[in-house]
Amino acid sequence: MSKKWTAFAVPVVSVLLGLFAGAIIMLISGNNPAAGYAALWNGAFGDLFYTGETLRQMTPYVFAGLAVAFAFRTGLFNIGVEGQLLVGWLASVWVGVAFELPKIIHLPLAILAGALAGAVWGFIPGFLKARLRVHEVIVTIMMNYTALHVTNHLIRNVISDGSDATDAIKETASLRSPFLENITDFSSLHNGIYLAAIAALIMWLMLEKTTLGYELRAVGYNQQASEYAGMSVNRNIILSMVISGAFAGIGGAMQGLGTFGNMFINSGFSGIGFDGIAVALLGGNTAIGVVLAALLFGSLKVGSLNMPLESGIPNELVEIVIALIIFFVASSYMITWLLGRFKKKEAK
Amino acid sequence: MEKRKLGFAMSMVLAAGTILGACGGGAEEKTSDNKSGGGGKDDKFTVAMVTDVGGVDDKSFNQSAWEGLQAFGKENGLEKGMDGFDYIQSKSDADYKTNLNTAVRNDFDVTFGIGYKLKPAIEEVAKQRKESQFAIVDDVVEGLDNVTSVTFKEHEGSFLVGVVAGLQTKTNKIGFIGGIESDLINKFAGGFEAGVKAVNPDADVAIEFAGAFDKADKGQQMASAMYSSGIDIIYHAAGGTGNGVFAEAKSIKESNPEKEIWVIGVDRDQAEEGKVTVDGKEMNVTLTSMIKRVDLAVQDVATKAKNGEFPGGEVIEYGLESNGVSISPTQDNLTEESIAAVKEWTEKIKNGEVEVPTAPAGK
Repeated sequence: MSKKWTAFAVPVVSVLLGLFAGAIIMLISGNNPAAGYAALWNGAFGDLFYTGETLRQMTPYVFAGLAVAFAFRTGLFNIGVEGQLLVGWLASVWVGVAFELPKIIHLPLAILAGALAGAVWGFIPGFLKARLRVHEVIVTIMMNYTALHVTNHLIRNVISDGSDATDAIKETASLRSPFLENITDFSSLHNGIYLAAIAALIMWLMLEKTTLGYELRAVGYNQQASEYAGMSVNRNIILSMVISGAFAGIGGAMQGLGTFGNMFINSGFSGIGFDGIAVALLGGNTAIGVVLAALLFGSLKVGSLNMPLESGIPNELVEIVIALIIFFVASSYMITWLLGRFKKKEAK
Repeated sequence: MEKRKLGFAMSMVLAAGTILGACGGGAEEKTSDNKSGGGGKDDKFTVAMVTDVGGVDDKSFNQSAWEGLQAFGKENGLEKGMDGFDYIQSKSDADYKTNLNTAVRNDFDVTFGIGYKLKPAIEEVAKQRKESQFAIVDDVVEGLDNVTSVTFKEHEGSFLVGVVAGLQTKTNKIGFIGGIESDLINKFAGGFEAGVKAVNPDADVAIEFAGAFDKADKGQQMASAMYSSGIDIIYHAAGGTGNGVFAEAKSIKESNPEKEIWVIGVDRDQAEEGKVTVDGKEMNVTLTSMIKRVDLAVQDVATKAKNGEFPGGEVIEYGLESNGVSISPTQDNLTEESIAAVKEWTEKIKNGEVEVPTAPAGK
């Protein structure tokens, strides 16, 4: 059995097992799994409107997933995507509110601001890891809380006059697309979906086709060997965190410039950054895998909203299904082993 | 052998595809049914509500609204579900628009948005869906004929509990804990402060904000600081954060039953939350509660809409005169004096003798 085949089979089997286990739970709790999954499907792809919403929900997941995956390929565990996303969200909205520029400058500038803010938020743990060997997991977790409270403070006291949300961004900084809204019957799908596709392509190109990507991956495989081969491990660690943070920051810009058009006081984390970890894991830390996993997560999240109304199944159940899928992905070793056993038996 | 496994996988994928495809087909049939048979659904009046992230079991606002819809359904012989009344829960702020659209797509006659956080979403969806009717609770949407805005004169109710606090404080120090600072929560703070000052000009009112509606731990910390600074009555307008205030008051009461400290509840009669048993003796730290009848308001608007008198484009303010806000019926901890004073001030507010401010002094 080839390695590529395993890499593809494990997530697929995990998802199927997760859905299957979810169906059993629905049965036990006295619900009809077929009706439940039908409602889930209708809520995610039932008509063009829901497809639009699913794609909209998928957009930040792609960025969060790419951010986690990118750092992971360099051997770093970036738990701080949530925080990088929040600062990116705020920075892009800030630029969107504060400046008056033609669209061709304003929009890229706002997105760039988001990327930059996320990059700065990623630089700090990268730098601490490279220079002082402080573990990036600890620092990024801390930085999440710092980001949450700093952005809340800035929104209330600096950007607005004690209000709990910023003003709406100027039209010239908006990602919203009347065209996409029209073809999806007024869903909130915005141009960010194109950027997500481009970002996935960039990540693939950067990692697989450039010297930089080769070095980053080499550091991820083996730091000592990379050092010996003349690569600067520290430089690559920092660079990886910065790029990862930039991806997350643009993910935040998608929320700020596309979905909401402003930023408001968050009393807790949005959860997208954390879901990004699961997306990356499910996607096997590859660009195309992340896009597919993001699509799955987007459809589960949006589709679940429809479940209580159409089939009377609480949408908490979808959270359980998602958790089960992650559980099965995380226990991929088990699945690989089972697949291996399967193979041996057949050989006999 | 390799081939056989590939075949197995292929058949799995195909099977999944068929199942999912079948589901998709079902959906299309259903929507087309709805459209062609739309007339059939129209003879029944249907109403839906979209919650904010609190959910229908938040023991406060969303729950109260849902109770109102249930009462409306009972009154009119409707059943929970798509042919009667139902709710859609939002899991995150990004879900509001999706959920409002889901309600519209399922042909609900009126859709309620519960909470000021839904305002931008309602504004946008109402513009796109001109033929549907919406109502927003706790905020005002202007200039749209298909949206009714439902607000409450929280300042009036808060004034009354302020009167109680002003009369029953022993230390002349009173606290207010708000959720997130906003125009809405300032109405609570402003009315409360004015009520205290009206009957007890010497009393101090400390106004603080927790910055969240769902952080009970924060509420508990703030309450602890307030009680130890000599404050003996705290009024909270902080949703779930307020549960921490109750927790702190109860734990103080448990360690020192003699100490006289109180909490004033909000939105619903919170006497239940204040119950504590010390040495076999039942006590209650809830002095009184400021009740906001979201349920009555929701029921009222739904009834109007059913009778074909949907008050689109209007702002309806529910105050003392319409029982939209009031002081809780549980009055075990109130003195005769306070009860009499509450009556007196209620009259004064109703007949316009007193104008209650909608923000604390200096804001």
